[in-house]
Amino acid sequence: MAGGDVEREGGQVRTDYVPHADGDVTAMLEAVGAATVEDLFSEVPATVRLGRPLDLPAGVTEVELLAELRALAARTTPASELVSFLGAGIYDHYVPAVVDAITGRSEFQTAYTPYQPERSQGVLQSIFEFQTAICELTGMEVANASLYDAGTALAEASFIAGAQTRRSKIVVSDGVHPEYREVLATESAAYGPRPVAVGLAPGARTDGEALRAAIDADTAAVVVQQPGFFGALEDVGEAARLAHEAGALLVVVADPVTLGLLATPGEQGADIVVGEAQSFGNPMSYGGPGLGFMAVSAKLMRRLPGRLVGETRDLDGRRGFVLTLQTREQHIRREKATSNICSNHALNALAALVHLAWLGKRGLPELAETCLRRAVYLRERLLTLPGVTSYTDGPVFREFAVRLPLPAKELVDALVPEGFMAGVPLGWVAGFMSGSDDALDDVLLLAVTEKRTKAEIDAFVDAVAEVVGRG
Amino acid sequence: MADEAAGLFCAQGRATVETIFEKSRPGRRAGKVPAAGVPGRPLDELLPPVLRRAAPARLPEVAEVDIVRHFTELSTLNYGVDTGVYPLGSCTMKYNPKVNERIAALEAFRGLHPYQPDELAQGALELLWTLDRWLAEISGLSRATLQPAAGAHGELTGLLVIRAYHASLGRDPKRVIIPDTAHGTNPASVVTAGYEPVTVHSDARGGVDLEELRGLLDADVAALMLTNPNTLGVFDENIVEIARLVHDAGGLLYYDGANSNAVLGVSRPGDMGFDVVHFNTHKTFSTPHGGGGPGAGPIVVRDILEPFLPVPLVERRDDGSFFLRYERPQSIGRVRTFVGNFGVLLRAYAYIRALGPDGLRRVSDLAVLNANYVLEGVRDLFDLAYDRRCMHEFVVSATPLKEHGVRALDVAKRLLDYGLHPPTTYFPQIVDEALMIEPTETESKESLDHLIAAFRAIVDEARTDPDLLRQAPTRMPVRRLDEAEAARRPVLRQRFAEDEAGGAAGA
Amino acid sequence: MADETYPQELKYFTEHDWVRVDGDEAIFGVTWFAQDALGEIVYADLPSTGDAVRAGTTYGELESVKAVSEIYAPLSGEVTDVNARLEDEPQLVNEDCYGEGWLIRVRMIASGELASLMDADAYKAFLDQA
Repeated sequence: MAGGDVEREGGQVRTDYVPHADGDVTAMLEAVGAATVEDLFSEVPATVRLGRPLDLPAGVTEVELLAELRALAARTTPASELVSFLGAGIYDHYVPAVVDAITGRSEFQTAYTPYQPERSQGVLQSIFEFQTAICELTGMEVANASLYDAGTALAEASFIAGAQTRRSKIVVSDGVHPEYREVLATESAAYGPRPVAVGLAPGARTDGEALRAAIDADTAAVVVQQPGFFGALEDVGEAARLAHEAGALLVVVADPVTLGLLATPGEQGADIVVGEAQSFGNPMSYGGPGLGFMAVSAKLMRRLPGRLVGETRDLDGRRGFVLTLQTREQHIRREKATSNICSNHALNALAALVHLAWLGKRGLPELAETCLRRAVYLRERLLTLPGVTSYTDGPVFREFAVRLPLPAKELVDALVPEGFMAGVPLGWVAGFMSGSDDALDDVLLLAVTEKRTKAEIDAFVDAVAEVVGRG
Repeated sequence: MADEAAGLFCAQGRATVETIFEKSRPGRRAGKVPAAGVPGRPLDELLPPVLRRAAPARLPEVAEVDIVRHFTELSTLNYGVDTGVYPLGSCTMKYNPKVNERIAALEAFRGLHPYQPDELAQGALELLWTLDRWLAEISGLSRATLQPAAGAHGELTGLLVIRAYHASLGRDPKRVIIPDTAHGTNPASVVTAGYEPVTVHSDARGGVDLEELRGLLDADVAALMLTNPNTLGVFDENIVEIARLVHDAGGLLYYDGANSNAVLGVSRPGDMGFDVVHFNTHKTFSTPHGGGGPGAGPIVVRDILEPFLPVPLVERRDDGSFFLRYERPQSIGRVRTFVGNFGVLLRAYAYIRALGPDGLRRVSDLAVLNANYVLEGVRDLFDLAYDRRCMHEFVVSATPLKEHGVRALDVAKRLLDYGLHPPTTYFPQIVDEALMIEPTETESKESLDHLIAAFRAIVDEARTDPDLLRQAPTRMPVRRLDEAEAARRPVLRQRFAEDEAGGAAGA
Repeated sequence: MADETYPQELKYFTEHDWVRVDGDEAIFGVTWFAQDALGEIVYADLPSTGDAVRAGTTYGELESVKAVSEIYAPLSGEVTDVNARLEDEPQLVNEDCYGEGWLIRVRMIASGELASLMDADAYKAFLDQA
């Protein structure tokens, strides 16, 4: 085992991260009373032994590894290097340099969950600050230490509503991101309230009549997304009223960038707020790891899944932070747990916190306004093009949908060579829309962030005009 | 000098750090955002006041230098694998290779949007497709889903796949058996998958009690969830028989891969008879823990379960190009948005690629050797839960120290004073005053000797001056914290002056 | 915390609850054994006045730093009062489990159920067996 590696790999040199020096293995074997390392596996029955090396490519040195990965990278064109209008939950925002400078610190990166608080005050305090930031954004009283993504956060919200109200249905607007609804459906297959869909009216806002009709005495919660998946601004206050009148909770799926200006779900009567906070501090990274978040009203505090950090004092009266309310967590309640989530996206949450601190009280509304104004400008310019009509009606924020005179995917493909990622073609969403047989093949969803300059927007509109004019 | 000779830690820095909110001063700011620079109407017309928030979010007003100093200071109050040994049982706190950070930072990977056309993501898709194959080979099973974001998430996914499989055969079993040594997520995952958890106890050797298992197996059992080696660090020699019994009763076997570090290239769960496996990439495959996350919990399944895997899966065409397949009629659906924790998975890919088959085998060889070496060094200090060879981790009981009025908790806290991170305590629950120790393969002999010496010194202190342990830690930025008060009167966010006046919310 | 006692005048249930009869009402709480096993209690999740409780089923939860325990009703009835002090002082259950740490008061609907409860000596014997 020690030595002889090079021969076994036919001349290929591989990486090792083990620090054992010459003679160490021999000395250690002697200490444990084994003749060879193989002896240590004596209790593994021969019938289940692999008996051969794993059929994987032979290991490589670091320089070779990097070369290979760069070759894979070369066959990938990231949206961030094109003029991109892709959105739908994951956005191409500028991540300030200070974020990586901090998250790259190995005391944050290589730390474990802070179960020994005396030596983890840095992690714990940063999570406490993150929880505070989420409360401020959403206008809610309590937030947890983050979740995996918005989809699983929505499923967890449904479980909370079911446990709190003891009711068996959750009414979900089609304005909620189809993938979040899919996750909810999968995770509700055998547990928690059963999702019931409510369709959208023309113009892409929740159909108020349908919503009213769907809510009854067995509704645990009503779920709306603000802004909706197609960018429409919903009447959240009305949804809150309808839900509460029926004794149900209101769950709002929020976009944290828009909360720089938009009325907070808390102000509008939400009981639970969930969403994706990747926009702050985190690269798009092909959709993961992102940053699911959840915030609730004070009365639901003890139902929050995942991790929570609380403030307390030590024996000398110093302020300190600890993981708290851990009995909700799987590792104490075990089969009494109402969720199996025991981890959080700590490093992503730290990144978001740093970004939010960097933007600060004045910078966040400014970011929101820049995105809003540029999105509105893009929309107005696109709507002047022949055959391009609005799919999303009413005011929008940083994202909106338009109907094109050609299949959306065709436009997207045509513009890639021009250096544009035109947006998300929505044909695939048609299957997720209840009570509508619109194929949506000609509908495109566009998002605008502060990275898109006026010049880029103008060039894009010209490029679209050309394609649209041709057809 | 005596303290230094004993290896005791010398803490530096301030104990209490104001929060970033407390450092806020009106008018300070760090970053700026470009002005919109486009023609437009007044804001009130674009976004009517009725839709606007009443007051801005009370984010801090701090300068960039304040931010950097604040978080730099906070980082010094932490302990990571890069700081020192981290012998947490069942957590596999191994070294996180830095080259993987360089790879993850490549813009081609960072800047990918999940909805960009497959044609523009070929390198990423190939990486995921290849990782799927490698995990299948490592596990001895057939096909993976890389979607689950954590081990617990993988458990839920695997159980939902099992549920769908039984349903496809017209069956509706209600129960899942888990051992009394199981990780806490196991029973919780069972419940959220709609099953009833049933416990099977461990026998005198620390493995599953076969007689009891036989009695529990019937047509109403959907699955048995096991970790092998288990959380006691012992390999269940009856695993083949266990698999046979469960399969004969019509059930499936789920492998909690948390302890895979012991058997890489030695014995594969698929060969042991398991049907579904989850891996924790942040344990076995070196992806950083990040202070609690993100990780990834991919699962691999036997061929009979493939149709039920979540969508989408990465497929390869005959021409060698890759795409995401969403059309899978029997799939359970999605368990998360997009394809998974891509940024984490690519680090796991790089790790497996760099080590290759021999490197991975060496990982298990040395993980098991290191654990046995530490066990040998401390066995006379504690009670052994089970007097047999351990694999990559072992459990001891601090019960003998009770006569000095000292508990496992006190040993753990005193280890902090020695500048080390304690092992896992009070788990598994079947061992009284448990200390679960997993050094991993990336600890040197000197590091292990240092850990052993610290345990020896502490047990000696327990006999001669137990109060040192009960008061520990005394050399950390804070002393023991009042967890009861934190739970009784939770304060879960910053209290601002205005909140205090109006009645503190969240307090 | 208080010393281990099991007052003679109370009745006991196998899930470590005690009952004090007061006319056609009964007061429930948890025994010294239960509060000791849980550790320092930080939260009591109790029903509301007017709720129904059924003998042998759970009616609430007691949460400590390290564990959660369900509370079982020894008798059936309708809740007439809940110990409001526990909201701010849940540790009363540890300090005075038979007095200030009482949990709920119910109007009994099947006083025949009293017969199946244990007296103090029987409960102590039950504890010794376990």
